[in-house]
Amino acid sequence: MLAQQLVNGVLLGATYALFALGFTLMFGVLRVVNLTYGFYFTAGAFMALWLTRDAGVALWLALPAAAMASGMIAVALDWLLLTRLRRAHADELASLMVTLGAVLALYAAMTAWLGADIRRFPPGLVGAAALVVAGVRVTVAQLLILAASGLLVGGLLWLVRGSRLGLAIRAMAERPDTAGLMGIDTARLAALVSFLSGALAGAAGVLIGLNLNAIHPYMGETMMLRGFVVVIVGGLGDIVGALIAGLLLGVVEVLTAGYLASGLKEAVAFAILVAVLWTRPAGLFGRTDLRSA
Amino acid sequence: MLRRGFIVLAAILAPALARAAEPVPVGAIEILTGPNAAYGTAIKAGLELALDTVNAKAVLGGRPIALIVEDSGGTKDGAINAARKLIGRDKVVAIIGPTISNEMFAVGPVTNGRGIPTIGTSTTANGITDIGPFIFRTAMPEADVIPVTLKAAMGRGAKTIALLYANDDAFSKSGFDVMKAAAEKAGLNILATESFGSKDTDFSAQLTKVKALKPDAVGISALVEPVSGVLLQARQLGFGSETLFIGGNGSNSPRLGQIANTAADGLIVGSPWFIAKPDAANQAFVTAFRTRYGRDPDQFAAQAYDTLFILADAIDRAGAADPAKIRDALMLTAHTGAMGPFRFTDHRDPASTEGVVVLRMQGGAFRIAE
Repeated sequence: MLAQQLVNGVLLGATYALFALGFTLMFGVLRVVNLTYGFYFTAGAFMALWLTRDAGVALWLALPAAAMASGMIAVALDWLLLTRLRRAHADELASLMVTLGAVLALYAAMTAWLGADIRRFPPGLVGAAALVVAGVRVTVAQLLILAASGLLVGGLLWLVRGSRLGLAIRAMAERPDTAGLMGIDTARLAALVSFLSGALAGAAGVLIGLNLNAIHPYMGETMMLRGFVVVIVGGLGDIVGALIAGLLLGVVEVLTAGYLASGLKEAVAFAILVAVLWTRPAGLFGRTDLRSA
Repeated sequence: MLRRGFIVLAAILAPALARAAEPVPVGAIEILTGPNAAYGTAIKAGLELALDTVNAKAVLGGRPIALIVEDSGGTKDGAINAARKLIGRDKVVAIIGPTISNEMFAVGPVTNGRGIPTIGTSTTANGITDIGPFIFRTAMPEADVIPVTLKAAMGRGAKTIALLYANDDAFSKSGFDVMKAAAEKAGLNILATESFGSKDTDFSAQLTKVKALKPDAVGISALVEPVSGVLLQARQLGFGSETLFIGGNGSNSPRLGQIANTAADGLIVGSPWFIAKPDAANQAFVTAFRTRYGRDPDQFAAQAYDTLFILADAIDRAGAADPAKIRDALMLTAHTGAMGPFRFTDHRDPASTEGVVVLRMQGGAFRIAE
């Protein structure tokens, strides 16, 4: 049973990490707490749902399409909500409040439009078959999440650390004004980072929707709380940190529910957040990756 | 002289004659707007369907019932305002509703204090009829349905059970308490009790733990969305047909099949009513409902339909449009309707569980379990 519980924990943790990747990128580079992030997650899932169920598009095509669409929504919302604030050099609280209001309005509008019903992808979209190794079961959707998390972390790391674009992104994360003076078009770069982070959220929405079978307008809101924990424990903008923190949170939650008491799951997970912030205010790994990498 | 006498006679008789055909005002408080409007709308449809039949015969020697339906909007304030309006302005002799238990806990003390018989058709929480002697319900409480379900489970060979419930909403928690007490009373061996949040999407830890204990049955008390999630994940984790899943009231919804599809197959649930119940009274109701509304009735419509007949019959037997007399007449109710045979207990709850049917999910839809 321990083996299965550890696998459960890693899988749950991978969904947390997958969700948090774009959030930590946006948080780390753009320096805004953009709460509309959860909405891109919802939007991606709904887009893929519509594509696969009503338009008959195959999943391998629907996934990138939904991710791109979420990315574009992110760019549009970021421009609409934050351009003025950025120009006025408003503090983080202002962007927090603006995006909080916006995301609540978006969820509510979506609920009014589509209803609060829980939907799911057509059964059989990914094989329902499960892999059984030494009594431990993993489904295809879960393997897909694991693989996607790994690929996206790798890709993102390469982009940020290994490419010229990444150099510009890191420069902007370090000091936007100086980066601008060095000839970096910070407005365009900000839009690109918004797009990337929105697309990551959209892809996460599709993959997590596939695994957990619960697509509804507020799905992003419920994930957001976990997203915060992962990003803060992992360190703002720390991509590897988000992966490790996500896995840690998942495993702790599952082991608490499996061996302690299921009612204590959240209590333990959030106590860890508090403990980390007490002892290591800059995150578990004590560095902000985008700036120091 | 003669003419004046005639005028006097007419003046005395006229109000009496008018009163003979004067409608008897009956109120209903239901949720007709907002997210829970589906319940109130179904109830209103059931009431209005019954009203036609009732008024074809009329009560108290020819007086029709005038049904005044007020919207509560799903809030306690809305329900109390509706009750005050019905009692104060419309002078109703009885009230049907409100729709949900929370509203009844707010409205009950008001109507009970004014001595107006109030009959909940869909209020299943514990303690509803404790509010006072004028509060009735025709909705069967969970505590009456669950033992019937568990008996059916034991009939299928279940000896051990694990219980799962959502610990963050009152409905699921109270359903769990009922399920646990009933399982203990029925002699089922409870192997584990696990909880989750009603907004959770991951139940793998709890299910893995339960699976290792190999219970014959797994009882789930939660709303239909988390129940669907639990079943879908249970199948992912390899729960097969050897485990009998048992649902509480929250699972008794066609939405279960729509969300969980065949993952829900085999789950059994007790229901005070089912559309395919073959008895004549029920089939007559279903046919009449389909003819008038062009869609299928649900449990809420069925309960409301029966309740209006029960109330009309009590008003007739009371011999006057007098709330206190109607209350006494209600206590002597003996009615057979869509829900089955119906009487009130001394505590004004449904007395018989004869009408409860055990349903089983097959191919993503409920059927009557053999």
